[in-house]
Amino acid sequence: MTHQPLSQSVDPRDVLATDALLTDEERLLRDTVRQFVGDRILPEVGAWFDAGTFPREMAKEFGALGLLGMHLDGYGCAGTSATAYGLACTELEAGDSGARSFVSVQGSLAMFPIHAFGSEEQKQEWLPGMAAGELVGCFGLTEPDSGSDPGSMRTTARQDASGDWVLNGSKMWITNGSIADVAVVWARTDPDGPDAGAVRGFVVPTATPGFSAPEIHRKVSLRASVTSELVLDDVRLPAGAALPGVRGMRGPLSCLNEARFGISFGAVGAARACYEAALAYASERVQFERPIASFQLTQKKLVDMMTRVQQGTLLALHLGRMKDAGTLATPQVSFGKRENVRMALEVAREARSVLGANGITTEYPVIRHMNNLESVFTYEGTTEIHTLILGQAITGLPAFG
Amino acid sequence: MNVVVCVKQIPDPADPGALDPSTKTLKRDGKLILDESDSYGVEMALQLVDAAGGGEVTLVSMAPNSEVGGLRTALAMGAAKAVLVSDDALKGSDALGTSKVLAKAIERAGAADLILTATESSDGYTGTVPEMVAELMGLPSVTFAKSITIDGGAAKVQRQTEAGYDDVECPLPAVVSVTAGVVEPRYPSFKGIMAAKSKPVDEVTVADLGIDAGAVGWAGGGQEIVEVAEAEAREAGTIVEDDGEGFQKVVDYLSELKVI
Repeated sequence: MTHQPLSQSVDPRDVLATDALLTDEERLLRDTVRQFVGDRILPEVGAWFDAGTFPREMAKEFGALGLLGMHLDGYGCAGTSATAYGLACTELEAGDSGARSFVSVQGSLAMFPIHAFGSEEQKQEWLPGMAAGELVGCFGLTEPDSGSDPGSMRTTARQDASGDWVLNGSKMWITNGSIADVAVVWARTDPDGPDAGAVRGFVVPTATPGFSAPEIHRKVSLRASVTSELVLDDVRLPAGAALPGVRGMRGPLSCLNEARFGISFGAVGAARACYEAALAYASERVQFERPIASFQLTQKKLVDMMTRVQQGTLLALHLGRMKDAGTLATPQVSFGKRENVRMALEVAREARSVLGANGITTEYPVIRHMNNLESVFTYEGTTEIHTLILGQAITGLPAFG
Repeated sequence: MNVVVCVKQIPDPADPGALDPSTKTLKRDGKLILDESDSYGVEMALQLVDAAGGGEVTLVSMAPNSEVGGLRTALAMGAAKAVLVSDDALKGSDALGTSKVLAKAIERAGAADLILTATESSDGYTGTVPEMVAELMGLPSVTFAKSITIDGGAAKVQRQTEAGYDDVECPLPAVVSVTAGVVEPRYPSFKGIMAAKSKPVDEVTVADLGIDAGAVGWAGGGQEIVEVAEAEAREAGTIVEDDGEGFQKVVDYLSELKVI
């Protein structure tokens, strides 16, 4: 073999040159979302966060770009690869976890179950409008007393003699609930009925009498995102409102796997944004007559952050390739969600320390990401639950309950 | 209405460019992207075709190394197809050589009602190709368009000037250069990106266009780069101390530059 001298230079934003692992098409899509985030989200997201709001009008812009349900086929969806969906999540979350959450909920939690388990009528009725961002969807699984143990849900669906379903109960921590046009709600059926008490999914127009969605305020995390409670008080739905294609917890859990996959990529974006903010700040901030980036302690922080972001990038990309190949397993999704969110939170905290006092204002993105990631850490499966999924996978011994 | 847009694929301006000392020209062996200044012409063409209610946008480009990355971006925005002239013989082409190739490639693209270009590329800046293409094709040339409307067989163009703009009109087909920044180029939609990979790119050589290889590239160059030198470092700007009249000095300075 010949002995080529190695290049001495690397891209500080992509030291391992992971960009080369993407196809031209993936790069164009990634660059498009990055530009969109730079044009439309970054200039305003600090103000949205401060005001505790996410403008519903953004849905149509997401839709025009093709972000909503982007990896689903047909019904107005773009039909991209799962990896491309992941890359879009990375770029969105480099803007804000709230923007990525909006797209995750719409595509992976609301559109996915209709696409995967819905009737043809349900798909035709809802998916094109949701893909365009004209209709906003939400996903109701978690309840006030039912989080990590969703099977303990108390929301019920009873079918009466006319065939109508009647839903009662409440759902909690529902992203987009108050601005949604449609909610995919999971409820337990009558133990003595034809579904023998199995959990089923229902497509609930939010204008249905008995449905309300009061917004949850006083959050200090995911402020650029609408979070709500769903209250179902004798919500009467036609027989055709139930998702015909699935019964049991497999339904909602398969949606969560979709969303968790996107979070594995999304967290990398938040971490990258924090690392880049810290690198830029450290290069400009002068103390003791030198940029603080020249100090050994700061360089260690920057290198640790860079290393973790690059490792997270490779992990996410690996999961993406496996999902596209059809070989991805649930514990691997847990690996990605657990590890990359933990990584992002640590990177955010390290970046915050590099920025000193400036690190605590929303003038800089770091504290916003750090606070957001506290939500991402526990939603879509707490880090503990993902630890136990992996624990069971490697020992064969379930530690739940 | 069918519109041809001439687009250039250039080295990414985000990466520091380098000159090849042997040819004294920009190195173009890496990844090439769509010149941002061409994205305005693509957007304007798409809007004109939309307004006409039919027709298509065709891209015409030349690149020595079969590069299509920049073309795919414009195809993802909504252009229907592309003609790419790619040939080793094109290396070193000057503005006139480029114009000869583009003129023939535009003819190959099919009957066009309008040909749009940028006013100049972001890597070469000669700013002469659109006019030469028009001359070679025997078509009217309108430069520095800030808006174009089609009225029957004519183009009505607002043509930017230092003082404002002139209203000019010319018969179609015509070659019109579009000023950067006059329209907001759309984002390529994901559906557009997915569709772009299957849109036709007609890759041709200079021989396919009936051009003698000796008339283009280094061989056909009517000019020679004899020397390149480092640009002088930019001097520090003028600092205006505000003594209460500072705004007037700034206004006077900007007026002198004809910025306001």
